[in-house]
Amino acid sequence: MDKLTALTPLGARSARVDNIGALEIREVVDQAMVSVAARLGQVDLTKETTTAKLGLVLPDVGQSTVAPPFAAFWMGPDQWMVSAAHNAHELLAAEVKSALGSVVSVVEQTDGWCRFDVSGETVCDLFERLCNAPVRQMAPGAVTRSSVEHVGAFVWRLNAENIAVIAPRSSAKSLHHALIAATTSIA
Amino acid sequence: MIINHPLLGPRDAQEFTYLGDAALINRPDWTSENALREFHDYLHLRDNPAGEHRELWFHEQGDRSWLVVTRNTVTHEISKVELACDVARASGRSTGRDEGQVA
Amino acid sequence: MTQRNRLTGGLVDQSNPLNFSFDGKIYQGYVGDTLASALLANGVRLMGRSFKYHRPRGVVTAGSEEPNALVELRSGGRQEPNTRATTAELYGGLDANSQNRWPSLKHDMMAINDRFSNFLTAGFYYKTFMWPKAFWEKIYEPIIRKAAGLGSLTGAADPDLYDKGFLHCDLLIVGAGPAGLMAAVTAGRAGAQVILADEDFRMGGRLNSETHQVGGMPGADWAARVVAELAAMGNVRLMARSTVFGAYDHGVYGVLERVADHIAIPPAGKPRQILWRIYSKRAILCAGATERSIAFENNDRPGVMMAGAVRAYANRWAATPDQNIAIFTNNDDGHRTAADLIAKGVNVPAVIDIRPDAPKVEGTELLTGAQVIGSKGRLGLTDVSVRLASGEIRRISCGALAVSGGWNPNVHLTCHQRGRPTWNEGLAAFVPGNSLPMGMSVAGAALGDLSTHGALKGGADAAVSALADLGITASRLVLPEAEDAPIRLTPFWHVSGTGRAWLDLQNDVTVKDVKLAHQENFVSVEHLKRYTTLGMATDQGKTSNMGALAVMAEMTGKSIPETGTTIFRPPYTPVSMGALAGRSVGKEFHPTRLTPSHHWAVEQGAEFVEVGNWLRAQWFPRKGETHWRESVDREVTQTRNSVGICDVTTLGKIDVQGADAAEFLNKIYANAFAKLPVGKVRYGLMLREDGIAADDGTAARLAEDHFVVTTTTANAVTVYRNMEFARQCLWPDLDVQLISTTEAWAQYAVAGPNARKLLQKIVDADFDLANDAFPFMACGEITVCGGTRARLFRISFSGELAYEIAVPTRYGDAMIRALMAAGEEFDAVPYGTEALGVMRIEKGHAAGNELNGTTTALNLGLDRMVSGKKDFIGAVLSKRDGMNTDDALCLVGIRPVDAKDRVPAGGHLMAISGPVDAAHDQGYVTSAAYSPTLNSAIGLAFVKGGGERMGERLRLVNPLEGIGTLVEIVSAHFVDPEGEKLRG
Repeated sequence: MDKLTALTPLGARSARVDNIGALEIREVVDQAMVSVAARLGQVDLTKETTTAKLGLVLPDVGQSTVAPPFAAFWMGPDQWMVSAAHNAHELLAAEVKSALGSVVSVVEQTDGWCRFDVSGETVCDLFERLCNAPVRQMAPGAVTRSSVEHVGAFVWRLNAENIAVIAPRSSAKSLHHALIAATTSIA
Repeated sequence: MIINHPLLGPRDAQEFTYLGDAALINRPDWTSENALREFHDYLHLRDNPAGEHRELWFHEQGDRSWLVVTRNTVTHEISKVELACDVARASGRSTGRDEGQVA
Repeated sequence: MTQRNRLTGGLVDQSNPLNFSFDGKIYQGYVGDTLASALLANGVRLMGRSFKYHRPRGVVTAGSEEPNALVELRSGGRQEPNTRATTAELYGGLDANSQNRWPSLKHDMMAINDRFSNFLTAGFYYKTFMWPKAFWEKIYEPIIRKAAGLGSLTGAADPDLYDKGFLHCDLLIVGAGPAGLMAAVTAGRAGAQVILADEDFRMGGRLNSETHQVGGMPGADWAARVVAELAAMGNVRLMARSTVFGAYDHGVYGVLERVADHIAIPPAGKPRQILWRIYSKRAILCAGATERSIAFENNDRPGVMMAGAVRAYANRWAATPDQNIAIFTNNDDGHRTAADLIAKGVNVPAVIDIRPDAPKVEGTELLTGAQVIGSKGRLGLTDVSVRLASGEIRRISCGALAVSGGWNPNVHLTCHQRGRPTWNEGLAAFVPGNSLPMGMSVAGAALGDLSTHGALKGGADAAVSALADLGITASRLVLPEAEDAPIRLTPFWHVSGTGRAWLDLQNDVTVKDVKLAHQENFVSVEHLKRYTTLGMATDQGKTSNMGALAVMAEMTGKSIPETGTTIFRPPYTPVSMGALAGRSVGKEFHPTRLTPSHHWAVEQGAEFVEVGNWLRAQWFPRKGETHWRESVDREVTQTRNSVGICDVTTLGKIDVQGADAAEFLNKIYANAFAKLPVGKVRYGLMLREDGIAADDGTAARLAEDHFVVTTTTANAVTVYRNMEFARQCLWPDLDVQLISTTEAWAQYAVAGPNARKLLQKIVDADFDLANDAFPFMACGEITVCGGTRARLFRISFSGELAYEIAVPTRYGDAMIRALMAAGEEFDAVPYGTEALGVMRIEKGHAAGNELNGTTTALNLGLDRMVSGKKDFIGAVLSKRDGMNTDDALCLVGIRPVDAKDRVPAGGHLMAISGPVDAAHDQGYVTSAAYSPTLNSAIGLAFVKGGGERMGERLRLVNPLEGIGTLVEIVSAHFVDPEGEKLRG
């Protein structure tokens, strides 16, 4: 039996890139993701262990941290999304679980999501057409979970001109359509 | 409306799903002698005040917290927002394991 | 093409002409014109017909409050009815048509209504169309429908795009007149995040329409300078052509920005309008004021206009409705119009002032203590009759009459949160009350400060104060010098007389109508409004409400504030449906969720069905199949005979972990989970707290502290929400963590006698699928196709030997292709939701039709699953007596006695003989299908005491369709009742 080949959330072999006006919309498919939730009463221990074992400081509410090869953003109370390059960390869930042990619940999230990184100087103009997150006031590193064109999504301000939107994978096509339509509208 | 989420700050009420009276936290003890009556009242008898009301909202498009929002149903003024799990613990809810046990 | 009523100067670019058409005739205007100003400049006063009486009408105002000059703009899919000519910015090629007339504006057949005006009074519809009752649907309603409304639509789809967006600011300023500009510059210089929105295409408000000096220069120049300064500030967002139409809770405002209404066709991909939701910490309402009229007999003729509007047309647009304009006023502001017109070279034959002590005005005759009592001119004013102080009647020849009854502050947005305005005696007008929307303050004319100086000062003060609330210190700027004239006005609402004097021009409501409503005992203004329809047209009574209130007050002998006001609600001006829909139109009406096998299914020519937002394959037609039943029957038969494959990814999957995960599931499900061994799956039933069945699914135990729960596709969101409620609100100290993993795994059901053989070709050799190694209800983590991680569950919805196999979603497409390739030798079929449904009905499995929000575990035949030994959601109330009677509805199967008969779902069951009515109801059919396995229609039904009635015959009735089929009660498990296949 042949090895199974992967498709991107948009249903292609390779990630899609669109350039419209001042903006580039890039489908990101090379990130493995896991949710890490502290077990009851183990928040402090979870943070300590994560720092000790993964070198990663779990971020505060609405924030993200980066400690190569890992990055993390806050998802909800006592819960974070940890990511790393898919090539090197396809088994990220097992990796994180074995590092952190029974203080956490770890769930593979890699293929639950699609991600588009949008970059360019008008990136805030775009996102204020798509979601109610106060993108202009979000400092680099800030993450807000909200609704982007009726799709629940994380909006992650990576830096001044770069915002990542992470949304359920099955809605990738609708989200991409919204990104393209709104980008055309502001271009 | 804007709900001032205790963790996230001001968020649009559109992101939330409304449940109702915060009294729904106070689920009766299933082993109580009057359990049937208590559950009936718990489920069906709720105040519907014109004025201050404590109610449950779920941040479905956000961090998935259940909140207890104290809201004036006439003016929509929101005077207090708490994490429902804190409210639940403060009112004595825990694991449910102690229910039915004689104190 | 001469513009015979074009004056000199103004803020139009007279070197830049534009051609446009009105009712098919080509005219010329200038850049900076509105449609109304350009028509006036061309000598066109007649612009429309009234709603009820089809009276000839012309433009009355120069702003968004316009009641009369409504036109159809553009054509085809872009045709927009009821567009105010006063706000339609002129562009080259603009194409407008008058409306509510036939065959032409000058000769309108429906004007016959005017002759019957004695019948068409307030409450006409209520009084006339009550009887005979049978006439309503066939006669009255079609006639009313045809006559109703003003403009028309073409029925063609609007080809334009509409956008939506969200903005956040410290301070939103509504209106860019003197108050708004001063507030904006004060806040802008203080570094606050400011949004300044104005409905006009040129910011400046009344400054653009007046001749006052501000800071030693014309007001319009001062405004332009401030706007230029604001435009250069990075922290200020200027939004012209943007109407703040609603004030919502907690500082949220709705704003409609018309980004491309002033051009013929928006550029490709660009929106016509944008609907903004603005989150503001503070807002200052600087919405100005609206002039009101004085009602007199036949005051609705084209040429009778508001005095401030006539002044605005002359000063800003260099246009005049006529070269002879009389003035009718009760206040000093009316005199300004006279002065400005005279300065522009327009002849003013007289100023008719009701006040005996009116101040002198230069260059015209002042008639003090005089009133206009009538007018003449069928399609446009020719002269007015004036009763002088002496009682003598004088006719004054004029083509326009500029009327001023005083100014009403635009308090609308202050009332959107139920705030009530208060009465100001000096202005004889309502001003904002104390209960303003949260975070809002008011400045300038909207607050009742009608002088330019008052507006400038009020705007600056409001900005300083609003920012202080936010901890931002703003310095007080030096105010530019400006006029500060006092208000001098004698309240006067209507000239008494016996003829018709219009209050609401758009809905044709006269003083007589209000008096009639009073006579018929309508006391509340809210009732008055609805009975007479006053203020209920597209202008929401901006120019008419006050006059009607005053008449009502006069009738009741109460003061105006005692009479009250109606409640202002959003939107301030109409918002098009397109803007409200935004980008969510057509296929993008809601997001679509695609399954991992979607692209493959499209290649197979599958028919799709929407299930929530999901698009699922419904069936897979093959060449030669002409009816869906052929495809579905084949899919069922082939699955039952060999093997079929179905994408079941859409079922909700919730990952449940924690030391107390099992205990938590015990509380969520009616049946027990604590002792489920690792590596096993169990069917679970969730109840609502009231004991009604909520959802069903399975829970697979992957480790001691790790389960994966599945839900039905439809209830995935609700079940997750309820589980979070239980976790956070009911048992907060259980160690359990939840997260959805629905999308992370592509999951396929592989069902049929050859399912194992097929999977053995896919699953890597290290994993043993033999029945004893991996029995019914086993689950495990495996690898497939040479190392791809997968999860395998041996569960069956079809009743066949079946598995569900899950791989990371990125491999979902490859997986379906691999499964189909491996299944080729078994003639494996893909099956869709229809075949899935047929097989679950054949097997007697409950689904959404059975879990319909009224049924209990007992009804579903699942009562033995409900534990009596533990607490769980629904534990107590599911034991209620009423839910546990002997004759409770019970899920059974039904088959027609004659195999050729249909079994319609939704039909009710009755005894073979006897009445067909609710009292004799025996139950109802929830699901029905044609079973290719049994070669018969079959159904699932809830029947009273049905478990004890096997073999009994009943009548399945559907009186609406005339159906009365003889059916037999059978076991719901039509196929393999012992479950030998799925365990094999």
